[in-house]
Amino acid sequence: MTQWETVIGLEIHAQLATRSKIFSGAATAYGAPPNSQASLVDLAYPGVLPVLNAEAVRMAVKFGLAIGATVAARSIFARKNYFYPDLPKGYQISQYEDPVVARGSIDVLLEDGTVKTVGITRAHLEEDAGKSLHEGLANASGIDLNRAGTPLLEIVSEPDMRSAKEAVAYMKKIHTLVRYLEICDGNMQEGSFRCDANVSVRPLGAAKFGTRAEIKNLNSFRFVEKAIQYEVARQIEIIEGGGKVVQETRLYDSDRHETRSMRSKEEANDYRYFPDPDLLPLEIGPAFIAEVRETLPELPDQKAARYAQDFALSAYDAGVLCSSRELAGYFEALLAATGKDHAKLAANWVMGELSSALNRDGLEIEASRVDARGLAGLLRRIIDNTISGKIAKDVFEAMWTEGGEADAIIAAKGLTQITDSGAIDSAIDAVIAANPKQLADYRGGKDKLFGFFVGQVMKATQGKANPAQLNELLKAKLGPSGA
Amino acid sequence: MLHNLFIGELADLLARRQVSSVELTRHFLERIVRLNPGLNALVTLTGDSALAAAAAADARIGAGESAPLLGIPLIHKDIFCTDGVRTSCGSRMLDNFVAPYDATVVERLRSAGGVMLGKANMDEFAMGSSNETSYYGPVRNPWDTTRVPGGSSGGSAAATAARLAPFATGTDTGGSIRQPAALTGVTGFKPTYGRVSRYGMIAFASSLDQAGVFARSAADVALVLQAMAGFDPKDSTSVNQPVPDYHAALQHPLAGLRIGLLKEFFEGLEPRAAALIEDALKVYRSAGAVTVDVSLPSLPLSVPTYYVVAPAECSSNLSRFDGVRFGYRCEAPKDLLDLYKRSRGEGFGAEVKRRIMTGTYVLSAGYFDAYYLKAQKARQRIADDFRTAFDSVDLVIGPTTPTPAFPIGAKVDDPITMYLNDIYTIGANLAGLPAMSLPCGYVDGLPMGLQLIGPHFAESALLNAAHRYQLETDWHRHVPRGYES
Repeated sequence: MTQWETVIGLEIHAQLATRSKIFSGAATAYGAPPNSQASLVDLAYPGVLPVLNAEAVRMAVKFGLAIGATVAARSIFARKNYFYPDLPKGYQISQYEDPVVARGSIDVLLEDGTVKTVGITRAHLEEDAGKSLHEGLANASGIDLNRAGTPLLEIVSEPDMRSAKEAVAYMKKIHTLVRYLEICDGNMQEGSFRCDANVSVRPLGAAKFGTRAEIKNLNSFRFVEKAIQYEVARQIEIIEGGGKVVQETRLYDSDRHETRSMRSKEEANDYRYFPDPDLLPLEIGPAFIAEVRETLPELPDQKAARYAQDFALSAYDAGVLCSSRELAGYFEALLAATGKDHAKLAANWVMGELSSALNRDGLEIEASRVDARGLAGLLRRIIDNTISGKIAKDVFEAMWTEGGEADAIIAAKGLTQITDSGAIDSAIDAVIAANPKQLADYRGGKDKLFGFFVGQVMKATQGKANPAQLNELLKAKLGPSGA
Repeated sequence: MLHNLFIGELADLLARRQVSSVELTRHFLERIVRLNPGLNALVTLTGDSALAAAAAADARIGAGESAPLLGIPLIHKDIFCTDGVRTSCGSRMLDNFVAPYDATVVERLRSAGGVMLGKANMDEFAMGSSNETSYYGPVRNPWDTTRVPGGSSGGSAAATAARLAPFATGTDTGGSIRQPAALTGVTGFKPTYGRVSRYGMIAFASSLDQAGVFARSAADVALVLQAMAGFDPKDSTSVNQPVPDYHAALQHPLAGLRIGLLKEFFEGLEPRAAALIEDALKVYRSAGAVTVDVSLPSLPLSVPTYYVVAPAECSSNLSRFDGVRFGYRCEAPKDLLDLYKRSRGEGFGAEVKRRIMTGTYVLSAGYFDAYYLKAQKARQRIADDFRTAFDSVDLVIGPTTPTPAFPIGAKVDDPITMYLNDIYTIGANLAGLPAMSLPCGYVDGLPMGLQLIGPHFAESALLNAAHRYQLETDWHRHVPRGYES
């Protein structure tokens, strides 16, 4: 059996978070009534001309600097010509031969803990098209040009990914980065962050790439993974069946989890790219680059390295905590309250209880029902032994569902940990007295029964006995097992 | 005879309240109603709004305001978008198109106090050298109505020559102001690329298109250009550079002016045409100018270069005319493809289609390098040749066209011969240079033009040189027969 290697490159389209469009003054806000945000320029009226939005350029440069790329001193806007109703000019203004950003890379932490460097061939500025609407229109199509002219940064990777999971990890990393840079809101439902995947397979060890298929318009991490997995299996099946993969564009059907052919290479449009004579070459000088560099925030990798160093966290934990600027902000606010000696505890809570509660309710960290101050109040009670970690989970659940401060819930429910050794002692005595057989067996060598006694005492104290104290006192009372 | 006065004279009468803008406007509207049917120079008359604008201008004059164009009537080439007024671009495609905004040129002339009388006929989408490609039929030359007025701004040229307005706007992509100016005996000016905003001017070939003026003298052009020129944030290719006082620049003596004579402009030139240029040079030499022989070795490349670059850009620029959002839409389209094919097939005329097809071809995969890229290189060489020439001369003088106006229909079926009409004018567009044509005499009783080409932003020098010539000659005062009164 041939072993197959998957080769993947991604073209990510990140919608830049400018207030106005890339070549017109119309607003870019999502969700407005159809065509209410389409100016004469967006509608491609006769005689109108594009004027480049400087903010979009600034954002592209910011991205270029963040991936260690070359920011071109001179880049060119070109016209990509084709007819489609949602493309009012009959051409899209994009960058073709001379993009604004070239040759960068990004480090991606994989699940197995290894770091992979993915090359980024280029990133270029272009305008988005409008949308065709087919619902509710009998025998006709509607066109909404609100999105036409929205600035996009197309980020083209090298064919460096070797599995669907790697592709997703890369895409997530870019997602993290563009949100850190505040150049894209990353909203995938609204289409602000989406990608096309170029997928091919080759026998493991082969030097030449296989024939690739381009899968269009993947707008969730899950779809990227599913679509690539499907496509890889499809291609391997073709080749193993003696067939040949054809170069084509395929569309992912998210209902059926399969890819379908859109058009073959032969049917591909001849886009007749040429420099747009309405726009001068984009010239970017060192002063502008320096100015943009000043605005760069601490980048995710820098922040994760700092966390690992300062808070003695594992690279993985640090990476997860830094996966969004908001999550890192939450974590830092938490640490400010608990002190950095308790970083591991704080990290575990953020990545554990908090994350699963957020996931369960489909909330972003900004919308968390328990804010950093509230969670800090809870952790403080763990640290000072008022409650055990186990009880804390119940308190957290109550905070999450009913609201309120940790202290109030602990008091109201009487959850304060029993740390009075006298009280624990008498509970132990009662349990030992009630279980003479188990005591005899324990002393006879069944040391696993220690857990039984812990459980019984906990039960008797409604889980409130301080676990460390209980352990210590119980050991003393029971004596050695098998002695 | 109000219509034979120059803008400066009219402005003077207006300022001294010897005539009102409303009277002036009525005078020209009357001429248009009477004379335009024989010329077909205007496709839209905006009499009511003209009279309203004239009344407003009179009020401003009454309030003590004075400005060179305040209350002066004008005609816009129908390529400039005019808010609330049909802007047809000479095409069936836009026969029903009422622009929802003003072109920058229109807006500037309006705020300068100009009074728009109507819109001028033109070759469809400015593609043509004879005004025969217009959906509204050919424009006739006032000097001989069996002949063409040139193109593409033929309506503006004929209207100016026939004194239907003191001035008219035009656009020049390959000679579309200078060639019709020459053929109708008026003064036509194409500024440096980027000097006048292209916003609102329906694009033909974006890297070549430039708005300009038809008037009856260089001095009048200076007044109009003053109002039109300047940076426009809405046009990224407009140049952010101060606009000099063009009228004040008309006072420079010509002593020491170095005039370049382009070898390539005179090779094979018809002797009678050459004699007219020689006569003009005598005027310049006697004013103290010196002539220097210069050469533009790459000039023969200009026509083929132009006919790659311009169609390439137009094939893309005209894609927006798809029957979806505005303009012509075919009856009962079967589906999307049918809508595109028939709307464009029925909406565009033959010359426009020819150029779209040529342009699509030269940009296609496999042909791009051989045509488009090669043309770009040739264009660079032509620009370099001009730059070299302007190292040793201040401006270049030659003929505007090889021959005078030709009969309507004579070249319409022979595009190559038609294209060669632009042989002297195209170079300035490819190099982005300012250039103008002024009347310099007759061949077979038909006017011929003297062309002046200058380095970038040498508008003042060109206008001054033309004005000096017009102080010594009276060709520009000649009125075509039948249009005197």
